[in-house]
Amino acid sequence: MTVHSAHPPGFAHQFEDMEQQREADSLGMWVFLLTEIMFFGGLFATYIIYRALYLPAFEIGSHQLEVRFGALNTAVLIGSSLTMALAIHSAQVGKRRAQVGFLITTMILGAAFLAIKFTFEWHHDYVEHLVPGLGFVIRPEWGAAGQHVPMFFCFYFFMTGLHALHMIIGIGVLTVLTIMAHRGRFTPEYYAPLEVSGLYWHFVDIVWIFLFPLLYLIGGRYMGAGH
Amino acid sequence: MSTATIDVPEVPTGSRVNYLNAQYGVKSWLFTTDHKRIALLYLVSITLMFFIGGFFAVLMRLHLIEPQGALVQPETYNKLFTMHGVIMVFFFLVPSIPATLGNFLVPLMIGARDLAFPRLNLISWYIYVVGACFTLYAVISGGVDTGWTFYTPYSSSFSHTSVIPTAVGVFITGFSSILTGLNFVVTIHKMRAPGMTWFRLPLFIWAIYATSIIFILGTPVIAITLFLLALERLLHIGIFDPAIGGDPILFQHLFWFYSHPAVYIMILPGMGVMSELVTCFSRKRIFGYSFVAFSSLSIAIISFLVWGHHMFVTGQSIYAGLIFSVLSFLVAIPSAVKVFNWTATLYKGSISYDAPMLYALGFIGLFTMGGLTGLFLASLATDVHLNGTYFIVAHFHYIMVGGAVMAYLGGIHFWWPKITGRLYPDGWARFAALVIFVGFNLTFFPQFMLGYLGMPRRYAVYPAEFQVFNVMSSAGASILGIGYLIPLIYLTWSMRYGPAAGPNPWGAKGLEWTTPSPPPTENFEEIPVVTEDAYDYAESTVNRG
Repeated sequence: MTVHSAHPPGFAHQFEDMEQQREADSLGMWVFLLTEIMFFGGLFATYIIYRALYLPAFEIGSHQLEVRFGALNTAVLIGSSLTMALAIHSAQVGKRRAQVGFLITTMILGAAFLAIKFTFEWHHDYVEHLVPGLGFVIRPEWGAAGQHVPMFFCFYFFMTGLHALHMIIGIGVLTVLTIMAHRGRFTPEYYAPLEVSGLYWHFVDIVWIFLFPLLYLIGGRYMGAGH
Repeated sequence: MSTATIDVPEVPTGSRVNYLNAQYGVKSWLFTTDHKRIALLYLVSITLMFFIGGFFAVLMRLHLIEPQGALVQPETYNKLFTMHGVIMVFFFLVPSIPATLGNFLVPLMIGARDLAFPRLNLISWYIYVVGACFTLYAVISGGVDTGWTFYTPYSSSFSHTSVIPTAVGVFITGFSSILTGLNFVVTIHKMRAPGMTWFRLPLFIWAIYATSIIFILGTPVIAITLFLLALERLLHIGIFDPAIGGDPILFQHLFWFYSHPAVYIMILPGMGVMSELVTCFSRKRIFGYSFVAFSSLSIAIISFLVWGHHMFVTGQSIYAGLIFSVLSFLVAIPSAVKVFNWTATLYKGSISYDAPMLYALGFIGLFTMGGLTGLFLASLATDVHLNGTYFIVAHFHYIMVGGAVMAYLGGIHFWWPKITGRLYPDGWARFAALVIFVGFNLTFFPQFMLGYLGMPRRYAVYPAEFQVFNVMSSAGASILGIGYLIPLIYLTWSMRYGPAAGPNPWGAKGLEWTTPSPPPTENFEEIPVVTEDAYDYAESTVNRG
């Protein structure tokens, strides 16, 4: 079996060789993402059931959201996924400065997403009394459906909040990766941490791709069928 | 299954460096990444939780000696059965075999140095402890009275007890399960020794693999459900409470989507232990290896499709009920395959009645009863009569205690010499197995009668005509309690005073028996090369000692 004296950087003792370690790391992240799919899946299923039950209320709620910001954020996140992929590519071809540059760009885009979310959207909702538990006001013009609008916002804040939490964790991971990349820890032979973190980052991106239409675009307000 | 190099040095225990004496001190345990030490950390924690949960059960049974209740107020009784259920299900049964025996054995059985992610493994234990602390805080701060099922809207809008700390504790502990399952799946896929093909794996590994799949796919759903429950309780937004627009049935769907598969989380690892015990103590290959292996996987898959059988009487459509009923019957098939295959393995085997085997034989009988009464409950019409009665309580205790706990104790007794390097007193161990078997049946068989006669579960009082069965049940519970204390005493005693066990005291097959007891930190002197199938008992001369 493999002799343990020759330790490549980043090699953990329980593995036989680098190849085995890389495969284990990658499979580990895929399995974790499976868990995440079920985690968000339970929430999405609940959301969809209530959307079907209280469609008018959910449409009213959806129309309170600023679709411009949601669309902008979608673009920002897709951009960050691109730079993340480029950072991994730079590691594969051994370009350290490009790696660091792309990682920092990814972090900036991630932070921009959160900034838009918190300052333009959540703050705006708070001012408009649209936060359940923090002085939510049911407006008379919503009519009979109005009593269930808080439920839409409850899901909206929970789902986007959970997504934002994943973003924050992702930015934390990226910070560590950037420091590691700066110190030259990643080589064309060893870049598994970058790769599995990239998988995570793309996953968080994809969750948003589902959240955006579900929360912002229901009710078809740009198709002439809106209210 | 033997290896190319079975070269166990005959050095007396104590002078050889192993995982127990490699390092000393509290820090060496709290910061260990060795899967064997983490298994022992889990063993201590879940044993503590088991006795706390058991204590609540004893109080309940004492209370039910008299029809009007002998001990506590009805409100306290509600808290007793809730805390018993929550602690036993989430903090003992779910982690029991996977986190202790699984952690210890998975790398040893497949010929690896450790799990794929040793640090993650340690983190899982800390997560478990944090979750347990939240739940124990809930016990101290006044308890919780919703039942372990947390049904809404009672749990979200009406109960005045510590629902949120309990839910948070269960939520947190869930991540411990998820990460443990993830670790096992990756380890089993990627870290098998050369020659250890999928169909040479011990069946315990197949069972742990199937369990891990449920951990990974089921646990996140209960996590999100409890989160929504806490949200509703905190913000009074109608998610599950019909009075404010929610749907209580949805809670039950989400809850059972995890909690029914969770039943198989509890029993599948026990079935894995069974395959190891039955083959070793009848000196035979398992009958129908691939059937037993695939029955584990099919149980894991079908378990996700049967949750509606908990809701036959809660307003789900009759067609959904029909489908769930049929699917529930289906899950009995792979379970029966296992029972028949174990029985066929016993046939013409040279059976010996060591303590682990007594637990295994107990398992076969009790699990069969638990499983068959499950079919009564999967039938729509009989379930209407039996739902919410003690029949249910007896049924799932036959599975959970008669099955899972018996297998857990059998496994602990089987691998104890490997874990500690010591033998325990065999006479006491057989005696304890017998006491537990008798105590268990005396506790729970009368509950089948009670349930069939119509006594509802979760009530602090009952009509006087049910007293005889209740007294029998309470008497059994006290015998069962003593039965559980005996192993606690002699196993603890054996760690210091037990005679040294050789590497393979049972003459068992499997890679874990080819390494010294206790194993060295890196498990094997040299990573073994596997050349034989699992349970290759027939072709070897059996030497015990």
